[in-house]
Amino acid sequence: MSTGEAEGSFHNEPERLGTMQLILFLIFAAICLAGAINMLLQSHPINSALSLIVVMTSLAVLYLLLGAEFLAAAQVIVYAGAIMVLFTFVVMLLNAGREERTLGSRAARTVGFPAIAALLAVLATVIIKTQNLGAAALSDNLSSQPGATNLDLLGKELFTNLLLPFEVTSVLILIAVLGAVALARRGGGEEK
Amino acid sequence: MSMLQQPVPVSWFLLLSAALFVLGIAGFLLKRNLITMFMSIELMLNGVNLSFVAFAHEWHQVKGQIFVFFVMVVAAAEAAVGLAIIIAVFRARATLAVDRIDLMKL
Repeated sequence: MSTGEAEGSFHNEPERLGTMQLILFLIFAAICLAGAINMLLQSHPINSALSLIVVMTSLAVLYLLLGAEFLAAAQVIVYAGAIMVLFTFVVMLLNAGREERTLGSRAARTVGFPAIAALLAVLATVIIKTQNLGAAALSDNLSSQPGATNLDLLGKELFTNLLLPFEVTSVLILIAVLGAVALARRGGGEEK
Repeated sequence: MSMLQQPVPVSWFLLLSAALFVLGIAGFLLKRNLITMFMSIELMLNGVNLSFVAFAHEWHQVKGQIFVFFVMVVAAAEAAVGLAIIIAVFRARATLAVDRIDLMKL
């Protein structure tokens, strides 16, 4: 949107931004849900992986609507980029074919699906009945002081109060890398 | 610019996140392929992340976003190790169908 247009109709600008956000939310929530359902319906793993990428990218837009710019970027780079590339790479490496459909175990059919339907119903009623939830506004700031963006807050918190957990995660990633290499090495089990 | 009015209720984000989480569980139960089951777990993690961000926005707390950051880190580590395990399983069994992978010993 251009700034001149925004200045011209100053008093109804918040309203227009609000409808823009509503439309963005509806579009990307629909894409997100469609991608998730498509992931379940597709029988080929590569199609499922591509639908999951759609879900993650549209979630990044929803994070932007909630004012989490850093997480939106991280969602695209880490989830839709790194993790899903790893998934598609493994699907292609293993040459995974079409999955054979079985109806699952009897326990899954008789207990599992009613249970998850009940879980969704309970979650939905709890969320809907909670009255004091507000609404999301674009570029809404988490901090009270002016000039500080959410990214400033996030970095400050992460590198002062949570420095130890942050460093522990780097050790975790190092261990995960070593474990992945040790596990995926050909004949890794016997040679130890 | 700072006083934008109330466009999208936060509860809609929470409903979407609940739906994504439940779809992830359904995928985990329905899918018979090891890799797709693993993807369903990622879908559940994403659903939870969305509700973390929504609550961070609702209560003006940056801690919710930090939780999401750590969830992403752990998910990345988990994906690397899990996919390595899947490769090892595929080498041993030559199949990805979970119905045929039902023994710990080869």
